[in-house]
Amino acid sequence: MSEPLVIIGNGMAAARLVDELSKVALGRYAIAVIGDEPRLAYNRVLLSSVLAGETASHEIELKPASWWRERGVTLKYNCMATEIDIGRREVKIANEESISFSKLVLATGSSALRLNVPGAELAGVNTFRDSRDVDLLLTLAAQKKRVVVVGGGLLGLEAAYGLAKAGAAVTLVHLMDRLMERQLDGPAAALLKSLVEHKGIEIVLSASTARIHGEGRVTGVELADGRQIEADAVIFAAGIRPNVALAKDAGIPVGRGIVIGDRLQTGIADVYAIGECAEHRGICYGLVEPAYEQARVLARHLAGGDAAYAGSVVATNLKVSGVGVFSAGDFLGADGSESLVLRDVNHGTYRKLVVADGRLSGAVLIGDTADALWYLELIRTRKPVAQMRADMVFGRSLAMQAEAA
Amino acid sequence: MTTVDPALRAVRTTCAYCGVGCGVLATPDGAGGAAISGDPDHPANFGRLCSKGSALGETLGLESRLLYPMIRCGDAMQRVDWSDALDHVAHRFQHIIARDGPGAVAFYLSGQLLTEDYYVANKLMKGFIGSGNVDTNSRLCMASSVAGHRRAFGADTVPGCYEDLDEGDLLVFVGSNAAWCHPVLFQRMLANKQQRGARFVVIDPRGTDTAGDADLFLGLKPGTDSALFNGLLVHLADNGALDSGYIESYTSGFDETLARARSMAGSAAATALATGLAEQDVAAFFRMFAATPRVVTLYSQGVNQSAQGTDKVNAIINCHLATGRIGKVGASPFSLTGQPNAMGGREVGGLANQLAAHMGFTPPDIDRVRRFWKAPRIATHEGLKAVQMFEAIARGEIKALWVMGTNPVVSLPNADAVREALRKLDLFVVSENVASNDTVTAGPHVLLPAQAWGEKSGTVTNSERRISRQRAFLKSPGEARPDWWTLCEIAKRLGHGAAFGFNSAADIFREHAALSAFENDGARDFDIGGLKTVSDHGFDAMEPVQWPIRLDAQPQARFFADGGFFANDRKARFVAPEMPALRTETTPARPLRLNTGRIRDQWHTMTRTGMSPRLGQHLPEPFVEVHPDDALKYGVTDGSFARITTDHGQCTLRVAVSARQQRGMLFAPIHWSEATATGARVGALVAPFTDPFSGQPENKATPAAIAPYEYVFRGFALSRAPLEFPAHALVARVAVNGGHGYLFADNADLAGWQAWMKAKAGDDLAEYNDFGGGIYRAASFSGDRIEACLFVGPAADAGDWNVVKSLFAADVLSETQRRVLLSGKSADGVASAGPVVCACFGVARGTICDAITGGARSAAEIGAKLKAGTNCGSCIPELKRLIAQTPGDAAQPRLTAAN
Repeated sequence: MSEPLVIIGNGMAAARLVDELSKVALGRYAIAVIGDEPRLAYNRVLLSSVLAGETASHEIELKPASWWRERGVTLKYNCMATEIDIGRREVKIANEESISFSKLVLATGSSALRLNVPGAELAGVNTFRDSRDVDLLLTLAAQKKRVVVVGGGLLGLEAAYGLAKAGAAVTLVHLMDRLMERQLDGPAAALLKSLVEHKGIEIVLSASTARIHGEGRVTGVELADGRQIEADAVIFAAGIRPNVALAKDAGIPVGRGIVIGDRLQTGIADVYAIGECAEHRGICYGLVEPAYEQARVLARHLAGGDAAYAGSVVATNLKVSGVGVFSAGDFLGADGSESLVLRDVNHGTYRKLVVADGRLSGAVLIGDTADALWYLELIRTRKPVAQMRADMVFGRSLAMQAEAA
Repeated sequence: MTTVDPALRAVRTTCAYCGVGCGVLATPDGAGGAAISGDPDHPANFGRLCSKGSALGETLGLESRLLYPMIRCGDAMQRVDWSDALDHVAHRFQHIIARDGPGAVAFYLSGQLLTEDYYVANKLMKGFIGSGNVDTNSRLCMASSVAGHRRAFGADTVPGCYEDLDEGDLLVFVGSNAAWCHPVLFQRMLANKQQRGARFVVIDPRGTDTAGDADLFLGLKPGTDSALFNGLLVHLADNGALDSGYIESYTSGFDETLARARSMAGSAAATALATGLAEQDVAAFFRMFAATPRVVTLYSQGVNQSAQGTDKVNAIINCHLATGRIGKVGASPFSLTGQPNAMGGREVGGLANQLAAHMGFTPPDIDRVRRFWKAPRIATHEGLKAVQMFEAIARGEIKALWVMGTNPVVSLPNADAVREALRKLDLFVVSENVASNDTVTAGPHVLLPAQAWGEKSGTVTNSERRISRQRAFLKSPGEARPDWWTLCEIAKRLGHGAAFGFNSAADIFREHAALSAFENDGARDFDIGGLKTVSDHGFDAMEPVQWPIRLDAQPQARFFADGGFFANDRKARFVAPEMPALRTETTPARPLRLNTGRIRDQWHTMTRTGMSPRLGQHLPEPFVEVHPDDALKYGVTDGSFARITTDHGQCTLRVAVSARQQRGMLFAPIHWSEATATGARVGALVAPFTDPFSGQPENKATPAAIAPYEYVFRGFALSRAPLEFPAHALVARVAVNGGHGYLFADNADLAGWQAWMKAKAGDDLAEYNDFGGGIYRAASFSGDRIEACLFVGPAADAGDWNVVKSLFAADVLSETQRRVLLSGKSADGVASAGPVVCACFGVARGTICDAITGGARSAAEIGAKLKAGTNCGSCIPELKRLIAQTPGDAAQPRLTAAN
């Protein structure tokens, strides 16, 4: 008889967990997945691509319905889990019967933050987080609306790029003095800014959104310094918040996210959390890669193996608005570290490697990211780099050639 | 209609460099350049050229040329009309001569002037201004040979010819690195060695490349050459090797000379002691010399540049006279001349201790020349020789100086003092073809643009007395004029128009030839009277010809096989040399001796060779060579920098540790100047002590100290436009393809270099900095072409500029080349598969397209093959696009074709 395993959340982390479980513990669990989005799990990373018209919405589904079926998964999408009853080992679902579990995995993800400014409730103020948001934004773009995107992080840039590509006139406002400040240093951010501006997106930095004007509907955005930007729509993309309400209500310990240990277990036995809703060693990751690592470790653990998750070396390795961006480790360079910087702005290239104690401790790449994974490996393995320091910034093949010589 | 474009015809001319005097075929390209090849019909080289000669085509650019007359106006030089410049010079000369007498003016000429320029300068100064103050850079080069020849032969006669180098059985090189300095002749001698078995003996304190081919190398102590040849003379006398008949019939002074030689070096053992050589080596040399009738002793600066240079020359000549091995096929003493026309200068008498045409300051000679020239104020006594001339300038005795075609601020000993002295002149005129060198920047009042090689036309004489035409094959740029024209214009303005009405080089040559034959009748060796009526056309078409060319006499290739010397008694003189001794002594503060000399691929002060990228590759930087034991003792290491100090000056040079260098001696090349490097003007180190007979300075044995000088950073820069460097950097300029190269060392902060580069670069700048690792590199671009680049790194790991140089030379840089440019390493083998598509797994577009071509027709199939798109999946849309763009299975037709 299979053990009932319930996963709350039907996003990328959940899909990966099912995939991993089916590899290492096929048949051991009777899996039920509960998700509130009205469709099969899809690749959230590709939403901007859908927005940009590069991909059709149905193409971003992670796995077809048959895949889920073949693995015996009870898929409950378009269902809202409303309560976890730890004592009874049940999850309550809106308008449905409760479902029992012997093991529970929380993969509830995160939500976009909405700024608490006057006018935030007006029609035309949206977020960019899920498939439904994309449909709305596509409508705006099709009408050639003027859109203000609030937030110059990854999400905001992706939204801005997608909207611009889809035909909207986009202004991106960002609170900080540089884009993606959590992933990029000043020069990298400046280069990214010029590359993004080149794609027709207006960028306003050091811009604190003070209020949103409009009567019933958005007509503009006012910044704290008094500047006014006309807008038919505003997209909040200024950060995410782990979805912890369900866990918190159930008495599962939460911090910023749901607190988990190295075996991904929460403070409650047999209850686990992975992905953006989880807080591991004080860190809430907002990227797909740690979620996938966590899914893999949890699958092994649930299969009875001795697996542990020691945290991820955070790496951003993406195309942001069509520009290669990689960032990992201590990219700013803590005291006592040394930076190696290669800059060829006119060729859209910026590379910064941070070396500490003779090891690579961080890296930022803009443009040419061909060597990103090699740097990430060097950061993760803490391999001494003194021998190749002179050539390292020019890429793996040159450095290897030099090392061999 | 078939016409030959006259601009594309090869012009036969003569090389601009050393005294070998190689024939050159120059084929102008119609764009200011020319293709250069050796003239197969020229008897000096039969078509061969050395590295320097071959690269002449790379030195014809006008970038560095002085093109217009300039007059000093405060601190700046201002362009003026020729007539204004000439009026000014003439007026100032006239004024100074009137005020201070003819002894207050001087000309300092050059072995690179043509004979015709030389003739006019000498005539003007000695016959019409009335001063003997005409000297030349040949004073630094051949003066001891001239003096030695005159003492022994009664005239400055080179007895042998190049054929002797092909026919000799023993070739003795004394103080000559012919392999580097006279390469074409050296190749002839090597051919003799290979084909006829001639043996080489090389006598030199330094193990040069010439020594590399020696059967016997004698690394003697500096300054002891005459001891060796005294010992040889004794050995020849004691072993029956003398030609008593020759001595008896054609010479005088043998017995006293032999007695003196015996007292100084009476045996091989005593000679070994005096020279620091091993006795068996000395004995071996003596035996070889004694047993080989066909012996040529070749000597050059190692003999001449000495305070006893004349004695050394005579010690060598003594051995040839004593064996009668002179002027015979394959047997002669042979002075290898350093400059293309030192010999021509000697022929016209363009030296302070000669009057004209191999005549001196004897009353009959003075009278004869005065009558020939119809000279109103002929000089009646010798003028001041180079070193003394500049000392007289320093003392304020000479007030007007005209320098032509030479760079004394670099080449003279005690060169800092020379530069200071020049500031005292009331009138300092420089005739030059370059707009900037250390002499041009030493504050002349007037600059006069001269024609350069390839533009000027006239004659030069090589080491074997062969007169060859230098012919013009390029138009004179700007307002450059022949030096003879400038001199004549001055002469006219000084009121001597009648004597200087020359209209062409041929005009001058005819008068020069006539003077050589004037009242000669065989009394003087130099006689080219056979050419005194040569037509303009005949002059233009003149084949290389050896003098003497007496009217109605048979040509002769050699002198003195049967006596016929030019002293009054027609006999040769044996001259007993003084006890060998250097003029200076080492002290605890100056424990070493600095030897100076030449390198293979540079010439003099590099104003011409310094323009050739090819020549800049061999030894691109100034250096000092040090024996390994001395390096250890004084704490300097190979590749590091050292400060060389003498009583006269200081230089900072890169250290080359070499066992070819003798212990206790340093060697530094003479070529670099302030125009080409920082702190490497070696002339400033050299002691100004001169030979009492020749006035030639002892350039090769100045007491010196060496100490390490540390530079934290090394670097190089390449630029399309010339760069100005901050004063704190030690820089050497190197010609490179496509622009200007610089090697430098420095101790300043790297951030300073970044600021320096940014100030020079335009918008398109790429930079790499690893300040912690001591590295800053940058390149500025214009389109796909490098405009300038700078590499600075730690001294221990400064990197190599060869890869960057070749990228700089290219007009267009590929993406990959640009990407790895600042690594300083070659992009060859650094594969670029194009931009990354799958960031998660680092899969590039090229790799993906290969997979698609190989049959992967969906994102999933690509993922299965390459993992691309299987993590975050954000590249899947692009994968699909690539699939759509890439034509179907391309492997298929290839297989079909193979079938």
